[in-house]
Amino acid sequence: MSVLLYTENWEGKFKKLTFELASYASGVAEMLGTGVTAVSIGSVDDQELKKLGEYGVGKILKADNEATGQFDTGVYAKIIADAADKENAEIIIMANNNAGKAIAPRLSVRLKAGVASAVSELPVSVSPFFIKKRVFSGNAVAGTEIKTEKKIVTLSQNSFDLAEKPADIIIENFDAAAGGPSGNIEVREVERQSGKLLLTDAEIVVSGGRGMKSPDNWGPIEEFAKLLGGATACSRPVSDEGWRPHEEHTGQTGKIIAPNLYFAIGISGATQHLAGISASKVIVAINNDKDAPIFDAAQYGIVGDASKVLPKLVEALKEAKSA
Amino acid sequence: MNILVCISQVPDTTTKVKFTENNTKLDTGGIQWVINPWDELSLTRALELKDDPSSGVQKVSVAHVGPASNEATIRKALAIGADDAYRVDTDALDAYQVAAQLAELVKTGSFDIILCGIESSDYNGSNVGGMLAEFLDYTSVSGISQLEISEGKAIVNREIDGGKESLAVSLPFVGIVQKGIAKEPRIAAMRGIMMARKKPINVTAAKDIAPLTEVKEFEPPKPRPACKFVDPDNPAELIELLQNEAKVI
Ligand SMILES: Cc1cc2nc3c(=O)[nH]c(=O)nc-3n(C[C@H](O)[C@H](O)[C@H](O)COP(=O)(O)OP(=O)(O)OC[C@H]3O[C@@H](n4cnc5c(N)ncnc54)[C@H](O)[C@@H]3O)c2cc1C
Ligand SMILES: Nc1ncnc2c1ncn2[C@@H]1O[C@H](COP(=O)(O)O)[C@@H](O)[C@H]1O
Repeated sequence: MSVLLYTENWEGKFKKLTFELASYASGVAEMLGTGVTAVSIGSVDDQELKKLGEYGVGKILKADNEATGQFDTGVYAKIIADAADKENAEIIIMANNNAGKAIAPRLSVRLKAGVASAVSELPVSVSPFFIKKRVFSGNAVAGTEIKTEKKIVTLSQNSFDLAEKPADIIIENFDAAAGGPSGNIEVREVERQSGKLLLTDAEIVVSGGRGMKSPDNWGPIEEFAKLLGGATACSRPVSDEGWRPHEEHTGQTGKIIAPNLYFAIGISGATQHLAGISASKVIVAINNDKDAPIFDAAQYGIVGDASKVLPKLVEALKEAKSA
Repeated sequence: MNILVCISQVPDTTTKVKFTENNTKLDTGGIQWVINPWDELSLTRALELKDDPSSGVQKVSVAHVGPASNEATIRKALAIGADDAYRVDTDALDAYQVAAQLAELVKTGSFDIILCGIESSDYNGSNVGGMLAEFLDYTSVSGISQLEISEGKAIVNREIDGGKESLAVSLPFVGIVQKGIAKEPRIAAMRGIMMARKKPINVTAAKDIAPLTEVKEFEPPKPRPACKFVDPDNPAELIELLQNEAKVI
C-alpha cells in the first residue's frame, strides 16, 4: 500500500505547487502509515526529481518515452493507473489545476476510484475515508466520503503549507505500458507567455474592477503588483470590455485562486466574483462605497476613490520598502 | 454531424445556499434552478455552429441525468434552440454515476461531438466530462475556449498553464469547455419557447450504477473577521498592518 503523487512538470521543472503536493501527500501517507511514490511523466532530470525528496517522497517512477511527449489525457491517465497498480496505491494525489482536472476523472473510471476535487485540507479520517471539499463556489464545504478502495484527491493550489521532511529517494525508470500517442490529437500551434508570473502561481494579486473607470488607469495597479512581486487580475466586466486580457479574469467563470493577499480595487464583490477569490488568506478592498459587499469579505478596507488612494498606497509601499 | 450537450442544473449563482436535516441536505426551498453557466455557453456554441451550414452540424441535442422535476431546465435548453433532449430518469448521485448513465445514452445514439462544462457550479467537481470520455474510450480535451469544425475534425483551443494550444482533434471526442467558448449565452425568444413545447424529451430508464462518493454533511465556510478600516489619507497604516499584523508582505 502506498500514496501515489502525480507530479506535473513545466518544461522539465517543478514549481512550488509540486512541493505543496508532495507535502500534502506526505501528510496523507503518515495518516495511513505508509510512504509516498511520485510518478513523473515527461522529461525531467534527476537533479530536479530529487527535490521531491525534501518533502517526503521516497520513490519516483520516471515515465519518459514517446507516448509522454504530448498531453493526451487518456494516455496520461493510463500511465498513472499503471503506476498506481504497480505501487498498490490506495490514494492518488494530483493538483486541481488544468492538467489535474483533465486527468483525475479519466483515472477515476479506469481505477474505479472515487474522486474528491478542490480539496485544501488533509482528510478528516482515512478509514472510512472522509474529506472536506469546497462546494457551491466556495459558499459551503462538503464533508465527503469516498467509498471505494482506491481514492483520488485533487489539491487546490496555494492551500497547503510546505512541510520539509527529507527522505532518501530512489529513482526508477518506469516503462509505462501506455503504448504510443493515440494519434487523435494534432497540436497545431502553441502560444506561451514566458517569463510572466502566472496568476494561479502568484502569492499576491492586485485586481481591478469597473470602479477603475478606464483601461488607461491600470498603471498604478501594475506598478503596485510589481513592487509586491505579485500578479494583476480583474473582474469579469473588465475582461469582457477588453480592458484586460481574459486570463486575468477571476471568479466563478474565470480563475479560482487562493493567494496569500488579494487586493480588490473598484470591485463591488458580487458573489460570482467572490467565488473565485474567497479562499484568499487576506483580502484588502478599496472602494468608494462603504456599503459595497466586498467589505464583508475583506479583512482590511479603505473607503475612498481608487484614483486617489492607489497612488498614495504605491508611495507608502515604496517608502516602507526603502526604510 | 451531431452534437450532444450535457447539461446540469444548478442553483442560480445569487442564491444563498442553505442546508436542512442537520446540514446533511441542500435546502431546495426558494432555489431558482438554472442551466449550469458553462453548459449554457456550450449549447450556444453548438447552435452557432449549426447556424453555419459549412460546419456540417445537423443536429444539437441536450442530455440530462435527473428526475422528471428537472424538466423545466431541459425545456429551457429546448427553448434556446436544441433540437431534442434526452433525460435519464434517476437522481444524480455523484459524478461517476452521472457519467456512467450518460455513457450508456451516448452508446445508443450517434453523436460526433459531446460537450460538457468544466464544472458544475454546485458541487464543483470538474469530473463528469472526463469520466464520460473514459467510459466511452473517447479522446477528451479539457479547458476548451474555442471550438470550430473543419474537414471533419474539431479545431479547439485549450488553455494550458501560461498559454494556449490549438489542436485538431479526431471525432468522436468529448470537449470540456470553459470561458471563451461563446461570448454571451443565447437566450430563449418567444418563438423558441412556443416551439420547445412540441420538441421531444426522450426519457430512458437508468442503469443500476452505484455512486463512488457520498456527501455526508455540509458546513458553511468559516466566517471572516470583520473588516478593519484604514483612513484613506493614511495608506501607510495599511502597509504597516499587512507587514506586521497580517504578515503577508
Ligand atoms: C453566471 C454569471 C457568472 C459570473 N461570473 C463572474 C466572474 O467569474 N467574475 C466576476 O468578476 N464577475 C462575474 N459575474 C458578474 C458579477 O455578477 C458582477 O457583475 C461583476 O463581478 C461586477 O464587476 P465589478 O465589481 O468590477 O463592477 P461593478 O459591479 O460595476 O462595481 C464597481 C465597483 O467599483 C466601485 N467604484 C466606482 N468608482 C470607484 C472609484 N472611483 N474608486 C473606488 N471604487 C469605485 C463601486 O462602488 C462598485 O462597488 C458573473 C455573472 C453571472 C450572471
Ligand atoms: N446531471 C447531469 N446531467 C447531465 N450532464 C451533467 C450532469 N451533471 C454534470 N453534467 C455535465 O458535467 C459537467 C461538469 O460537471 P461536474 O463534473 O459535476 O462539475 C457539467 O457542466 C455538465 O456538462
